[in-house]
Amino acid sequence: MASSQTKSRSFFRHTPLELILGILLTAGMVLLVVFSDVIFGTKADMMDLRARLLPPFVSLNHIFGTDPLGRDVLARIAAGGKISLIVGLLSVTGATIVGTIAGLIAGYFRGVADMILMRIADVQLAMPFMLMALTFIAIVGPGLPILISLMIIAQWVQYARLVRGLVLSLRDREFIQSARAIGVGRTRIILVHILPNIIGPIIVLMTLNVANNILLESSLTFVGLGVDASIPSWGGMLADGRTYVQSAWWVSVFPGFAIMFTVLGLNLLGDWLRDYLDPTREK
Amino acid sequence: MPAYITKRLLQALFVVIVVTLLVSYAIRLSGDPTAMLVSGGAAVTEQDLQNIRAGLGLDQPFHMQYLNFISGVVKGDFGKSFFGGTPVWSLIAQALPATLLLSFLSLILSFVISIPLGIHAAVKSGSWADQIVRILSLVGLSFPNFWLAIMLVLIFSIKLEWLPSSGFLAYSGLVLPCLTLALILSAVNVRIVRSAMLETLSAQFILVSRAKGLKDRVVLYKHALRNCLIPLLTFVGLQFGDLLGGVVIVERVFNWPGMGSLAFDAISSRDYPVLQGTITVLALLIVLTNLVIDIAYGIIDPRIGRK
Repeated sequence: MASSQTKSRSFFRHTPLELILGILLTAGMVLLVVFSDVIFGTKADMMDLRARLLPPFVSLNHIFGTDPLGRDVLARIAAGGKISLIVGLLSVTGATIVGTIAGLIAGYFRGVADMILMRIADVQLAMPFMLMALTFIAIVGPGLPILISLMIIAQWVQYARLVRGLVLSLRDREFIQSARAIGVGRTRIILVHILPNIIGPIIVLMTLNVANNILLESSLTFVGLGVDASIPSWGGMLADGRTYVQSAWWVSVFPGFAIMFTVLGLNLLGDWLRDYLDPTREK
Repeated sequence: MPAYITKRLLQALFVVIVVTLLVSYAIRLSGDPTAMLVSGGAAVTEQDLQNIRAGLGLDQPFHMQYLNFISGVVKGDFGKSFFGGTPVWSLIAQALPATLLLSFLSLILSFVISIPLGIHAAVKSGSWADQIVRILSLVGLSFPNFWLAIMLVLIFSIKLEWLPSSGFLAYSGLVLPCLTLALILSAVNVRIVRSAMLETLSAQFILVSRAKGLKDRVVLYKHALRNCLIPLLTFVGLQFGDLLGGVVIVERVFNWPGMGSLAFDAISSRDYPVLQGTITVLALLIVLTNLVIDIAYGIIDPRIGRK
């Protein structure tokens, strides 16, 4: 069958809207954040006490208005996104590396390693992340390293389980057996023949988890257990803005949209990618 | 089947032990709370401090403290608050019903929203209505719950002045926290209902009941819906930890006097026995819910137990 043809046709029929929207939102937010220094300079921290709580769409200099200290809301959103992206990317990278290695070992070699991994996974998946995070951060003190570490500890299991299952379904297939038969080493089989075949689902999980971790970070920062209040962050801006929600809605409306657009963009991409890679979905 | 239940019970017990160990260890990491307790500035001798430590059981090694805590939990004794000496259990007994009420009502409301939408999306699979439900569900998944809470307050309490923005004073105080949690839960649930429904609708017995000439509504809501409830319930069980995590944050925004507010007050006043008790009870609740759902699932669907 002309599989490439059906694939490209279904590509356009199955909600291209999802993909276009996902790319636009994600790329837009990432570009705004990455180039925040170039676009806004030090504007995010510049206080102007004469222009406190300026409403949005009034001054060209402050399109989204200003906060209670007279700082530009748009510039702070751009600067605050750095924390979200750093937490999202570092935590997911860490969890992916640890989880993928554990999953590859457990799935390919089975035995004791596999048994231990599955028992750890059972326990960890039953543990409520938010509650454990609250307890540890409340006691150890908030900060970026503890936040990222807790996310890695809580989430590596997801990757390990995913990878283990995928490896189990591949390890006895003909192409792996023939590689083994012509004397290819174990490390090479795992890295060259297995890993490239399972990378798709891993990327899907990574995309959705970056989105999820951006949400977690902003929630924890919002309740004062995430990033330090002196660093601009979306959760922190919302915590400040909440006090003024009655008189100055824009201080808490725009940072919320920043979180939502970023997370929505990533969720759309992850969702589309999952469908696109799913072989059973092809009609 | 009994082997399956025993296995799940042992698993649950193991999780409880690990969680309580972690929480106790975390509390221990906080160092010596006595210095803070007497920070009033009055003259304190080393003897006084030791008496306080002995009174709180802090002079014992970690494994003894843990065993004391566990044997207390078994007897329903979670120790006393550092401040005022109120028994932790009585604080929890006040807060837990408020949290359970909020979680339960949100769950029901989310079913009311997500089941009809999910069914409709599945029946009209691929239509524009399906697309809209799908996009809406993704938007819901991307909403930070605390921000949704603030936005609902902004719209319904401040702009429209329909509802109070916080507190436990009237039943109307329940509406906004409930709505916040239910909307976010619905975003996930609608996808579960939709995919379960799609699978069910292709089954033979649906074809048969249609062929018998049953009305669409009867086929969908009486025959097909039942088959969606099992995956939905299982999923709710799996997500219960996340639900409670969300409840904790939303309680904070609305000053709802539940377990979340209790935990946050304990965190800000460094009242560790209260924090320990609150987290332990919530963790027990999550483990218990999952256990009950798993066992019920095993009974309803015998294939599970035999695996």
